[in-house]
This record gives sequence, structure tokens and C-alpha cells, in this order.
Amino acid sequence: MDLTTLERRSDHEWWIPQHGAMRVPGVIYASEALVREMDEKVREQIINVATLPGIQRASYAMPDAHWGYGFPIGGVAAFDPDQGGVVSAGGVGFDISCGVRTLITGLTADDIEPVKEALAHELSRSVPAGVGSRGRIVLDDRQLDAMLEGGAAWAVENGYGRDEDLERIEERGHMAGAVPSNVSAKARNRQRDQMGTLGSGNHYLEVQRVAEVYDEQVARAFGLRAGDAVVSIHCGSRGMGHQIGTEFLKEMAVAAKQHGIDLPDRELACAPVHSELGQRYLGAMRAGINCALANRQIITHLVRQAFARMLPKATLELLYDVSHNTCKLETHVIDGREKQVFVHRKGATRAFGPGHPDLPEALRPVGQPVLIGGTMGTSSYVLVGTPESERLSLSSSCHGAGRAMSRNQAVRTWHGRQIVDELKARGIIVKSPSMRGVAEEAPGAYKDVDEVVDAAHAAGLSWKVARLAPIIVVKG
Amino acid sequence: MTPGMASASWSHFPHDADIGVVGMGPTKAEAFRQAGLALTAVITDPAGIRPVEAVEVTCRAPSDDLLLLEWLDALIYEMGVRGMVFGDYTVTIEGDELRAIALGEPVEQARHQPAVEIKGATFTALAVEKRPDGWRVQCVVDV
Repeated sequence: MDLTTLERRSDHEWWIPQHGAMRVPGVIYASEALVREMDEKVREQIINVATLPGIQRASYAMPDAHWGYGFPIGGVAAFDPDQGGVVSAGGVGFDISCGVRTLITGLTADDIEPVKEALAHELSRSVPAGVGSRGRIVLDDRQLDAMLEGGAAWAVENGYGRDEDLERIEERGHMAGAVPSNVSAKARNRQRDQMGTLGSGNHYLEVQRVAEVYDEQVARAFGLRAGDAVVSIHCGSRGMGHQIGTEFLKEMAVAAKQHGIDLPDRELACAPVHSELGQRYLGAMRAGINCALANRQIITHLVRQAFARMLPKATLELLYDVSHNTCKLETHVIDGREKQVFVHRKGATRAFGPGHPDLPEALRPVGQPVLIGGTMGTSSYVLVGTPESERLSLSSSCHGAGRAMSRNQAVRTWHGRQIVDELKARGIIVKSPSMRGVAEEAPGAYKDVDEVVDAAHAAGLSWKVARLAPIIVVKG
Repeated sequence: MTPGMASASWSHFPHDADIGVVGMGPTKAEAFRQAGLALTAVITDPAGIRPVEAVEVTCRAPSDDLLLLEWLDALIYEMGVRGMVFGDYTVTIEGDELRAIALGEPVEQARHQPAVEIKGATFTALAVEKRPDGWRVQCVVDV
């Protein structure tokens, strides 16, 4: 990105001054090096988002921002429904409520080492992954409705998990306001046999070692110690979310004119919150969020079963579950007063600071865990929301590294088997049904997650708590 | 093929997070068919798919570019719910309606080595163009 088009406010804060049709300024949080690496398209997309009706404060981009569709990936924007504010299917994306959860095993990485190969096999056998995989749970229409209404709470009620898990999930595992009848027959068909599946691409299930602790006090509150083993799961709402996104994206793009919205890019497809279409999307999208929460909850149950067979002393308590593709009604301070606004986070993680009333009691004094995924060969991170994140970024932070190289170029550069062998030599077991998939997800195909996380920390969006290094990686 | 017309082909173009699919051909229908092959190639090599099952696909849209989205979304849907991959297509377009037969087989992870699921077709870089040498259609798909 051309730095001369930006106004630098601090080391890690860059503004795109309000101009033209922009209703608010654009704000990028990133290091100079990261901003330089960002495509010009990111700037264009930040500006486009800033033109949408009812936008509040600013059109934000997180340190991992990259060219998305409509919104940049790493984009955050809030809309006031009473000022014509919109809800955007493009601003949420196809993989509704894609996110990460981390479980604390109660074991150390050394406890895992003697059974690492066997545990990797057991996990890959237990959690269906990859294109064409199907879950073992097939839901009829009545069960699908209950799942879409109840989310992770439905899963726990049906035996997939523990009551105490729900405390550690955004919305306590149940997104209110879901309207299952707004979800089409096609979306239901795409999900019927997909519950408890991991998917493919950048989704993963990892056993990780706590490689480094940066903040002992917060790490203690999170239950993390150097040398501990944790499990992280990254996946979303599977076929259902994809189909909801697909259908509403087209409907909103076509209907925008009727709503008097002049879209600079059709991918920004949106509708006023106070419209029939906006409300219908919100009901369906919230059902999609519940689908993702239920899916990660079922995978958690499968992981616990696999550990119970191999390492029965594992406790596998849920540290937290974050979603990074959502639109949620939240209270924020806008122009000096508290307001309820619809916050879109597309490839961005909610990062509530200490004291936030929506956090469970045990976490409230320290703040929300912010879980940032890396690649199969690099670190992932646990961060914590800061007291400043609300003011800076509507309580938002980054979500991952973002690709540095196209999938085709990655396949031309690496062989999957070579990646698996190299990682094995480093003590990382990779299980995947597709070597082409492994090559496309090669660690070298992604940007440096360390730099992204350092920028989020330095900008004050969220602070580093611990670094996690992969031991076992299950990929689709 | 008419002299000077583009031969039928497909290709991909890079996008930061995702991937773009391109279809080219002397006719609009052929360009759409090629875009379907480009879509398959995001997942697996179309040449490695056996035509053991035929699936009928029909879609409609008020404009050519929206028809391309409907076509690709229909293929994503059919592959998803049937657990199949498609290796070839016959496509006809009349007015605002596309009719096709998709030929393929159930996904076999070991043989097809499918790289990634496709979530949906997007408006990003969406274009259906008639050029002097034939038709070119394209868009970014979310993976």
C-alpha cells in the first residue's frame, strides 16, 4: 500500500482521511512493514466500507488485513440501525462464525510425546476432515431446527460436551435471535451430514505446546503454563453457513438499489437493519452462528473421546471459543455516549477488555482470550483483550496471518509429502487425506503471524499472553 | 472453430485469500463450461474424474454475470450435497436460462486428493465479456 495516501497517527495507527463518499475515516492498525505489504485493494475496500449507510466511528482494518471481497479480510465496521445502518452478508462472509477454540488438556507436551503418533492417528480417525467427508451425526429437519436455535447449548443438551463449556463460548454458546425458518432447504441439505466435520483449506485441529508465556498473571488466569499441551480447533459453519452467505449475498446485491443504497462494489451486498431483508438475514445468519458453535462443540466432544482412549487423564477444559466472521449487536461508546450497534467482524476477533459484563466471571478481571491461529509449521497465539480495545477498534483484534502466496503457486513450490516429512523432522505430525491440500497450506504460503500478533500487541488491540507451537496437526 | 476465435480453455488467477476462475471459449456456453472446469480444478484435476454419474443442473438469472454466479453456485451445491466431483459438463444457454449435465463421480480422497472445498462464488472480479475472439467469463470463488 502506498504510505503517502495515509496519515500516520502513531507507530501502529494509520488513517485514511474521510473524503469523497466516505461517511467516516478509515483506520488501519499495523506496523509500517505490514502496511507496505498490504495490497492497494485493501485501501480501496476500507474506503468502500466507509461509504455504507449508518457506519459509526471508522472503517477499521486489523494488522492481518488483506484483499477480501467487499470488506477486507481483517475488516471491522459498526452500523447504527437508527441512522439507516445496514447489515451486510458480504461483511460477514461465507463461512459464518468461522472461529477458533482452545482446550486445556491438563497434560504437558511431555505427557503426549510417547503416544504422539498414535494420538495423531486417533484424532484424524475421530474427526472427519477434507472434501467429501461426512459426519456421523445426521440430523432430520426437526433436529436441524433445534440445532440452529440452540447452537453449542443444543450440542451439550444432546450429550456433546459439558455444561461448563458454555460459559467459555461467545454468547454462552447460544446466539439469540436465530430464526431457523429463514434458512433455506438448500442450506439445510448442505449441512445435514456435516455436523462434527472439520472442513478443509486453512481449517485445522491441532495439539499444541505452550512454547512461551509473555504474561504470567493472565496466563495463570487462563490456566496456561509453559510446557502444557492444549488443543485448538479452527473451523466454521460448514455447508450451511456457505449456502446462507451465497443466497443472501446475491439477494442483497440485487435489492440494494430498492433500499436506496448505492454499492461501490456488489460484494458489499447489504440491507438496512430495519428492513424485511435485513431482518431475514439476521435471523438466518444467527442460525449460521449457532451451527458453527454446535459444530465446534461436537468436534470438541470427538476430541475428548479420542483423548479418553489414549490419555484418560486429560481434562480438556475449554479455555474459550471465538468467532471471527460475524455481525453482532453490541454496546459501544460512539460520540461520547453508549449505543447499540451492529458490529461486523470479517476475519477479525472480538477482544473484550477486562470488566466487560459479557465475559464469564472467571475471565472478567483479566479480559477475553483472543485466539489467533497460525499455520501447521508456525506458532499460534493466545492474547487478551485490553482496556483500550473498545476505544481503538470496537473491541476487535486480528485473526491470523493471511496468505502470502496463491494456492497454485504453493503447489508449484512444494510437494505435500515434502512438507509432511520436513515437519516430522521438527517433531510435528501432520495428518491429512490430501497431499495437494497440505502443499496449498504450506507454512511458507502464509504471512508471518508473529509480526501480525506483535502489531496487534503494540497497537493495544490485544496483548500477548502465550505462544503455542504445533505438535499434531489434523488438516482436511 | 471459427478462424480467429479463442480456443476453449480455463485458467486460475490469484486473489489474496481465495482464487479466481476463468473460462474462455468461442461461445458463451463453452466459456461457462470451461469456468466449470476451472472450478473443479480448484478442488482436483478434472482429468482424474471418471464420468460415472450425470447430474442435471438448471439455473436462471436476469443478466449474464449473475448467470455465471448461479451456475458456479449450483455446481458447488451439487458437489457438496452429493459428495461428488465433476470432471466435465455439457452446457447450453438460451436467453436467461442455462441447462447443463455435470458428469462426475463420488469423491475418493485417496485418488482425487481434493485440495479444498469451495464455499461460494463471489462478485469479486465477476465478468462475462464478449470479445472479438470469443467469450471470457470469470470471478473469484471463496475457498
